[in-house]
Amino acid sequence: MKSIEESGRTVDEAVAQALKKLGLTREEVEVEVLEEGSRGLLGFLGGRPARVRVSAKEMVAERARRFLENVIQALGISAQVSAVRREEAVEVEVEGEDVGVLIGRRGSSLDAWQFLTGLVANKGADKPVRVVLDVAGYRKRRVAALENLARKTAEKVKAKKRSIALEAMPAAERRIIHLALQNDPDVVTLSEGREPHRRVVISLRGAEEKKLRERK
Amino acid sequence: MRELLEVVAKALVSNPDAVAVNEVQGETSLILELKVGPEDMGKVIGKQGRVAKAIRTVMRAAAARDGRRVTVEIVEHS
Repeated sequence: MKSIEESGRTVDEAVAQALKKLGLTREEVEVEVLEEGSRGLLGFLGGRPARVRVSAKEMVAERARRFLENVIQALGISAQVSAVRREEAVEVEVEGEDVGVLIGRRGSSLDAWQFLTGLVANKGADKPVRVVLDVAGYRKRRVAALENLARKTAEKVKAKKRSIALEAMPAAERRIIHLALQNDPDVVTLSEGREPHRRVVISLRGAEEKKLRERK
Repeated sequence: MRELLEVVAKALVSNPDAVAVNEVQGETSLILELKVGPEDMGKVIGKQGRVAKAIRTVMRAAAARDGRRVTVEIVEHS
């Protein structure tokens, strides 16, 4: 990541100095204050300068986009990549024809590409940024489908008064199920089994507590 | 297939010039031998083999498009 260190009388001055050198605006960079600086006695005696490290933000997004464009070319498919730097993560989206190969069975390729893109985009960065990859809106649709599945299964659990185990899912998808039902007072969710066969079990809240008590 | 593996490997390593991919047509599957510089072995394997696993996952999906099977072998430059 392109980054420089600057000093100045105050933090603001040091940042302004660095932005001028990088030719960037405040929104395009991340600032790390290395030293606050102090004015010293009477404003001039024994003062210490403020020191900051200023890094260009969009480098990570840029690298993620370029990497996936190369991948798409090597795969011989036609698709567009967009990468946006958000506060918590870089969001990368791929749209196009025949992009299913990037998603794979139940999103297995998508997770692998997301992991690889994260590594490539953060190569040499001092502070890694999370990279979230979506292809043809797969993740968004999958979240909606999982939330729907969670609610429907919870209703079934309540009606039949017995636990129901969902099919095995990766950790990120199990999390969506847990979150979808965490505010339902009537059911509890637990994960059981070993990866990659770990699955969520939805049970009646009372029944689950009773089972735990019996086990003791 | 070979070009795809090269793109991925070169993006991951610190020395892209040392990356080479050798194609071997096996009986049932295509074998891709990935060679990287000794300092980059860790970058293409990763902790607990996570990177190697991700590479194999995406290569398998790419090959499956034309009903082919692919095996990725990682070897150190001699």
